[in-house]
Amino acid sequence: MNFSELFKLSGLLGRFSPDGKCLASSIQHRLVVRDASSLQILQLYTCLDQIQYIEWSSDSLFILCAMYKRGIVQVWSLEQPDWHCKIDEGSAGLVASCWSPDGRHILNTTEFHLRITVWSLCTKSVSYIKYPKACQQGMAFTKDGRYMAVAERRDCKDFISIFVCNNWQLLRHFDTETQDLFGIEWAPNGCVLAAWDTCLEYKVLLYSLDGRLLSSYRAYEWPLGVKSIAWSPSSQFLAIGSFDEKVRILNHVTWKKITEFDHPATISSKKTIVYKEVEKSPTVDTERLTFPPTRALASSLFSTQSKYDISQVPVSLQYIKPVADRANPKVGVGMLAFSADNCFLATKNDNIPNAVWIWDIRKLKLSVVLEQLCTIQGFQWDPCQPRLAVCTGSSRVYLWTPGGCVVVQVPGEGDFQITSISWHCSGDSMLLLSKENFCVCYLEREEV
Amino acid sequence: MGDWKSITVPLLSSDSKNIFPYTSERKRSPTSMNSQVLRLSLPSPKNMYSFFGAFCTEENLEQSISYIDRELTTMGFPSIYAEPKGKELNLVCIINCMNELLVLQHKNLRAQEEVEMQHMKLGSDMDHLQNCYAKLKEQLELSKREIVGLQERDRQLQSKNRNLHQLLKNEKDEVQKLQNIISSRATQYNHDMKRKEREYNKLKERLHQLVMNKKDKKLAMEVLNYVGRADGKRGAWRTDKTEARNEEEMYKVLLSDYEQRQKQLLLENAELKKILQQMKKDIISLLPPQKQKPKERSEDGLVLSDQEEDIGELNKENMWELSCETVREQLTNSIRKQWRMLKNHVEKLDNQVSRGHSGAWNEKDVISREDHELETEKLELEIQQCKEMIKTQQQLLQQQLTCDDDTTLLLQDCYLLEERERLQEEWRLFREQKKNFEKERKSFTEAAIRLGLERKAFEEDRGAWLKHQFLSMTADCKPENTTTSAFLKSNLTGVCLLGSDPDVRLVKSASRQRRFPSVLSPAVSPEPFQISQHIAQNSVASEKPTADNMPNLWVESDDKEETEECTKSWEDSGVGPLFRNLHMKQLP
Repeated sequence: MNFSELFKLSGLLGRFSPDGKCLASSIQHRLVVRDASSLQILQLYTCLDQIQYIEWSSDSLFILCAMYKRGIVQVWSLEQPDWHCKIDEGSAGLVASCWSPDGRHILNTTEFHLRITVWSLCTKSVSYIKYPKACQQGMAFTKDGRYMAVAERRDCKDFISIFVCNNWQLLRHFDTETQDLFGIEWAPNGCVLAAWDTCLEYKVLLYSLDGRLLSSYRAYEWPLGVKSIAWSPSSQFLAIGSFDEKVRILNHVTWKKITEFDHPATISSKKTIVYKEVEKSPTVDTERLTFPPTRALASSLFSTQSKYDISQVPVSLQYIKPVADRANPKVGVGMLAFSADNCFLATKNDNIPNAVWIWDIRKLKLSVVLEQLCTIQGFQWDPCQPRLAVCTGSSRVYLWTPGGCVVVQVPGEGDFQITSISWHCSGDSMLLLSKENFCVCYLEREEV
Repeated sequence: MGDWKSITVPLLSSDSKNIFPYTSERKRSPTSMNSQVLRLSLPSPKNMYSFFGAFCTEENLEQSISYIDRELTTMGFPSIYAEPKGKELNLVCIINCMNELLVLQHKNLRAQEEVEMQHMKLGSDMDHLQNCYAKLKEQLELSKREIVGLQERDRQLQSKNRNLHQLLKNEKDEVQKLQNIISSRATQYNHDMKRKEREYNKLKERLHQLVMNKKDKKLAMEVLNYVGRADGKRGAWRTDKTEARNEEEMYKVLLSDYEQRQKQLLLENAELKKILQQMKKDIISLLPPQKQKPKERSEDGLVLSDQEEDIGELNKENMWELSCETVREQLTNSIRKQWRMLKNHVEKLDNQVSRGHSGAWNEKDVISREDHELETEKLELEIQQCKEMIKTQQQLLQQQLTCDDDTTLLLQDCYLLEERERLQEEWRLFREQKKNFEKERKSFTEAAIRLGLERKAFEEDRGAWLKHQFLSMTADCKPENTTTSAFLKSNLTGVCLLGSDPDVRLVKSASRQRRFPSVLSPAVSPEPFQISQHIAQNSVASEKPTADNMPNLWVESDDKEETEECTKSWEDSGVGPLFRNLHMKQLP
């Protein structure tokens, strides 16, 4: 495992291009595009203001830089460095910007969710989508990029509009039986749309592409409901994490619950492996100490090391009692992700913040629990194989595979608190992001 | 006598104390008394008079004497006068009286002491009892108080319970109320939300208009030059045609998805079918040894299922190709049946195993093993014998074979002739024997007939003699009814015990019911019925009662002949049917 040197970064804005060839990152109002393997700077663009958001177009030819404060979006072309495009939303303001799947249109959401403006880079046409709903996940594209679903709110009722991305024609428009629609998400096959209600009510609705209601699922009535949702890559399963610290998995044939994963604070099953991260003080070889000490050695001396131990069950995990009188309590399953091969599901229960739960979907059982020293900041599955990368806001990366797990200390001096991870599309490297720096971690391919 | 003493003595003593002074006072009037006698009788104790308060003085001596005499005579003592009307005192008599009186006095004193003792005892007993009574009373009081306390507590608890119930009810009401409040608030909130949202929408609309109508100069896109589409096509106009095409494409997508899913399902189905087929095969191959039991076949019409199976197997190839709907029922039925059979089999095996665990099976196993070993030994022995026989036979055969052919033929002929002659001889002998046998048989039957006749005569003789004997015996016994009943009783019990004896039963069958009314006298007749009950109980119960009766019996049940006699006599007295009943009772 090799690490690049640390590069400067702002706003956690570092992205691999979809084709995996380039790496874009932003420092204040500069956009740097590097070669993904050599990390040599390919292009350098300067924007009008501090960049708040960047996104690659699907064909990796353009990069969008959004500056919400100014209400401006700037687009850069990789092929033609002198080509430029600036979109100004004017007094309407800007809160979100994204590419359409074809990479030729930009969708800007204005302030107060007045409208969504669709700008075309091919023609000068501008289209508007009115009444978009201000919610967590109000817009979703199918994986093949053909259709877009938008949550809308009109006359105090929720609607979903399905557009054809090709020409932005409205395909379907239907109301949903929700109190306050909270999010929508397409199944990876693009044929089923899951819509879920606000957390006040546990309700998950499943719509077909043609607007028919396929099924609705409700686990319970009064307590806080859905917190997170994830489709399995095969579209076979829909995992629903909720505030009652459970994950429920629906199947794609009957849309009924297959199983329910509880997240108890004590793990007593003998079949579950619990990896616990423990600190170890570095052993110093006194004979090899030099004076003055090298910088690397000094840094290694002062930074604590850690490793994984296998805990003997039963294990009780660190449990945070949620504050009852706060809105959005830190309780329940807030993060969910299926592995690329559909075999594993990683979850995080927000009131056991140091643990990642990995469930075996083939056995429908808890397989592994990773208990970390610090709070889990994020995890992401390798896009090619069942390999999970976890970061905890420390300078260590944690990797889990069915064979075992490993702690990797990112070398280098200084504080490098990794708060986000994103894999390269090939699965050979990953981007480790902290608030101010990033580095690329190259993994050796084991199979080849 | 003792009783009389104890009653009269205290009376006397008390009387003597109370009455004497009284009488002395009353009869103080001096009367003429025999001074001589007085002198004779009471010479010295002059001071006694003064001590006694002068019952008797010199003046009233006579009167006193007569009074004492009178008193004494009334008390049953002889008169103290020598003669009935004379004044002479009989000194001896007086002394005797005195002595007796003294004795009486002593007795009285003792009795008094005893009585006092008893009185004291009783008094103490009384005290004790009173104490006890008091204690018990206290206890009673205490327990009463306790009861009251408990009742009070119970009452309190009940009231508490009632209160709690009330509270619960109140709480429930409260909950209901709160729920109502919540729902009303929720509706109100929703309503307000809607109002606010409408306002907000209006504002948004207004804002939108303002923003749009302002002709925002800023709102623009600056592009150096337009880029081509990724697919190289030009943007199409929005027309109905495109709309239709969109629809079409959407359905195509959906259709392809469904097709894919159907393919997956088909694949899955095929695989499942394969597994099913495999399983069916396995089950069928597993089951045959079980089917050989005829019982099983007759049980739940499994024959039918077998036939079905055969049919299923025959067109299995076609069947798998058919859609599930048509074959489903048949398939599920056959599977279910097979499964049931398999289950039965497994259960049976389980039972066997469990029985084995319980121990019986193990024993059986051991025994069977021993048997097995014995059997194998036997069989081995037999095999060896057989082998030996085979060997000898082979040897003989070889010997025969080694002989010359002609000589063997001749020899064989000779053998045959000899054999025939021998057989004829035997046949003759046999016939003679048969004749002899028949003769003997005839004579034997004749002798048997004679014997029967003789026996008959003897039986008749014996009956007459027995009858005579009994009649004479009953004549002796008649005057004492009670004894006969006792006799009957004892007899019955004795016989009863012997009831299982076949001889007794045989004898009894000779003559019974006819004689019952004639011989039995009406005075005795109720007895046997009572007895019969008694017997019935006894016969069921045990031998103990008979043992109790033993001493009264003049018939011992030990001796068989004697009991036989008893039963006969007993039968002759006519209680036969009862007897039979008893037997009936005992037989099972």
